[in-house]
Amino acid sequence: MSTPDNEPGSEPGTEPGTEPGDTRTQESARPEPEHRDADRWGGVLREIASGRAMTAFLSVLLAVIVGSLLIAATDEAVRDASKYLFAAPGDFFSAAWDSIWGAYTALFRGSIYNTNGADFETKIRPLTETCKFAAPLIAAGLGVGLAFRASMFNIGGRGQMLMAGAAAGWVGYQFDLPWPLHLTLAVVAGMVAGALWGGLAGFLKARTGAHEVILTIMLNYVAFYLLFYALSEQSLLQAPGSLNPKSLPMKESAVMPKLLGDRYNLHLGFVLALVAVAVVWWILNRSALGFRIRAVGLNADAARAAGINVGRTYTTVMLIAGALVGLAGANQVLGTVTSGIGVDLDAGIGFDAITVALLGRSRPLGILGAGLLFGAFKAGGFAMQASQNIPVDIVLVVQSLIVLFIAAPPLIQAIFRLPAKEAK
Amino acid sequence: MSTDVSMPIEQTPIAGVTTIVDRKPAVIFGLATAGLALILLFAGVSDDTTFRLATPDDWAELPAVTVPAAPTAWLLVLICALCTAVSVSLLLKERRTPMVLVVVFAISWMIGFLTWAAAGASIPMVGLLAGSLALAVPLVFGALGGVLGERAGVVNIAIDGQLLAGAFAAAVVGSMTGVTWFGLVAAMAAGMLVALLLGLFAISYFVDQVIVGVVLNVLIIGLTSFMFSQVLAPNAESLNNPPRFDKIDIPVLGGIPLIGPILFRQTAVVYILYVVVALVTWALYRTRWGLRVRAVGEHPQAADTVGIKVNRTRYRTIILAGAIAGMGGAFYTLVSVPQFNREMTGGAGYIALAAVIFGKWDPIRATLAALLFGFASNLQGVLSVIGSPVPSQFMLMLPYVVTIFAVAGLVGRSRAPAADGVPYIKG
Repeated sequence: MSTPDNEPGSEPGTEPGTEPGDTRTQESARPEPEHRDADRWGGVLREIASGRAMTAFLSVLLAVIVGSLLIAATDEAVRDASKYLFAAPGDFFSAAWDSIWGAYTALFRGSIYNTNGADFETKIRPLTETCKFAAPLIAAGLGVGLAFRASMFNIGGRGQMLMAGAAAGWVGYQFDLPWPLHLTLAVVAGMVAGALWGGLAGFLKARTGAHEVILTIMLNYVAFYLLFYALSEQSLLQAPGSLNPKSLPMKESAVMPKLLGDRYNLHLGFVLALVAVAVVWWILNRSALGFRIRAVGLNADAARAAGINVGRTYTTVMLIAGALVGLAGANQVLGTVTSGIGVDLDAGIGFDAITVALLGRSRPLGILGAGLLFGAFKAGGFAMQASQNIPVDIVLVVQSLIVLFIAAPPLIQAIFRLPAKEAK
Repeated sequence: MSTDVSMPIEQTPIAGVTTIVDRKPAVIFGLATAGLALILLFAGVSDDTTFRLATPDDWAELPAVTVPAAPTAWLLVLICALCTAVSVSLLLKERRTPMVLVVVFAISWMIGFLTWAAAGASIPMVGLLAGSLALAVPLVFGALGGVLGERAGVVNIAIDGQLLAGAFAAAVVGSMTGVTWFGLVAAMAAGMLVALLLGLFAISYFVDQVIVGVVLNVLIIGLTSFMFSQVLAPNAESLNNPPRFDKIDIPVLGGIPLIGPILFRQTAVVYILYVVVALVTWALYRTRWGLRVRAVGEHPQAADTVGIKVNRTRYRTIILAGAIAGMGGAFYTLVSVPQFNREMTGGAGYIALAAVIFGKWDPIRATLAALLFGFASNLQGVLSVIGSPVPSQFMLMLPYVVTIFAVAGLVGRSRAPAADGVPYIKG
């Protein structure tokens, strides 16, 4: 193992001793271009997948600390107190503490347990909200994570959700069917649409060698404009007589039923997400397909040599991934916002799913945990905005910081001065 | 335009092997001509179309041109068909399609399309083209930044973040100091800061460059939106009220009919853009520095062997690229719109990324691609004002569809620098 070259821009606190040698891909022997690509992905994703709980925990901690500093730094009261920092330092620190404490108690009250609630039913309501927000994150996170396992980067969550939402919503308002059948049909339609949109990227990659990152990013925009067009044409999805890009609301028979009665917003989508976790776990760990996916992800060349059709595996993985993201799209249209299809039905979940999959280390159970955490951030973020006037965008900052830190274990080790062996 | 070095491999004649000629122009010409002919067949028009060419301060006022739509459009289709025929015959003789033919084809096709789309109305040509340039400026800056980074072997998905950070910094510093130039410098610094983060994670910590890029975009969106709601919105007067660059009318050049008002009655940022495009192209292909940048992007190990510091070169290049992309961000708040707004780039960085790929990692071609994408989005705006038969969403979709075709190799293959996206680990 080599020591990394000390380039001027590298983190000054990184002593050679804290550099873990084996978290990096060996690039010394140059494979041929197309193979190296797969190697690179495999190495990185392996690295993410093998990151230990300690690094994950410290990453979350560090991201929350940075978020706190940001909240304190932009708080009006703190800035006022900082003007006489040296005269009354106590005021400054108590103002800073107040703003941070206020933010995080609001986050907790909004996402887990509302201590200000009148009765137990009200107090526990935030937890159900967390689950509601977590459901699409888990489903879409599974879609991104499954692609990761085959060394593919599915940034197309947004496009897949939009196509799925459009299909599920169209079935949801167009047809008159009895309850369980209608809902089932709508969900399946959404998953199929998502699968086709995701599979298109996989197919193009398999057939032409185009990079799926570029393909999925571009397909996101194509999906957006297609949906926008369909929603501005009366003959397609737009509600009759409406001028807004919005469709008719869902029929009762296609709406996901509430799980805990009308008092809570939690709906069937959460159960479907849990089922999806189980199914993906089974596919990955118990099926021949999962074996092929993991083999292609670890080393596409070896998989090809062993007789696995790599191209077909790419297409299949993206089909399933698209279906899972499609489930998230159906969840939004049929469960969370049933007032009709809109161009913003994805609500940023397609991109959040990437961070969920990375934090969850692309394992189904990890994604479940990460989805719940980010669901809590979302539910709490809105509560924080309402009660403390802290913009919900802080959640984006914390989320992206978590992922950045997790992806770079050496940085975390350097910051917390951990010996490399313990943190790994 | 470009030297042999920059030419994609499949166009370079190889000794002893059959010469491979790019089929792309002939295929595109054929498809485009057929498409236009089909449009005219199935959605014929009978009105007249007027092209307005003049602006008040020109030396000589060009008269507005009014033509009968259908015959003119068909005539232009005929010219396009002729160009296609020439291109195909050249292809059969294994010769390349000359640039002149491409230009003639593109202009005829575009005028033919406009004649059809604007039948019964009049098109302000100067406004259309000047507006395209205005929309394309951030794209060109972003694409140049992207080209530089990728030529050095660092995939930069974070162009969007750099544009947004640049726009934010320009708005805040511009408002605080009241000097546009300080805003521009701040935007460059913000772009460099994002690039530095990208470098820290991608070059020093070997984190996957695409992941870093995507996450940095989310981070910048979160940070700027948070700061916008928390700090900028309550203090809009003092923090989000930047001064704007004035248009500078270059004497003589600005008076040339048609071209003058489009190219030479612009703000200083646009003139800087012209210089940057030329400088980047020249530096990348004609200087020792450029040779080194391309070497670390194509074969870092070989570059290291001859003594080029690979990672230092990559850092310097992406930081320079960040400064360029940051300037593109400044265009939003110091020229286009008088204030910063959340997510105001609207994903322009991704279009710039598309321009990089569509332009085959070459500064000039990427610039042309960015101009084309700017033209497509502005044409959409103009056509929707004069009421045209093409749904605006399809015009807006065009850059992305074109890019999918480009990367899928359906119209000629795009080849990235060999070591693009691969972290260099010495040893």
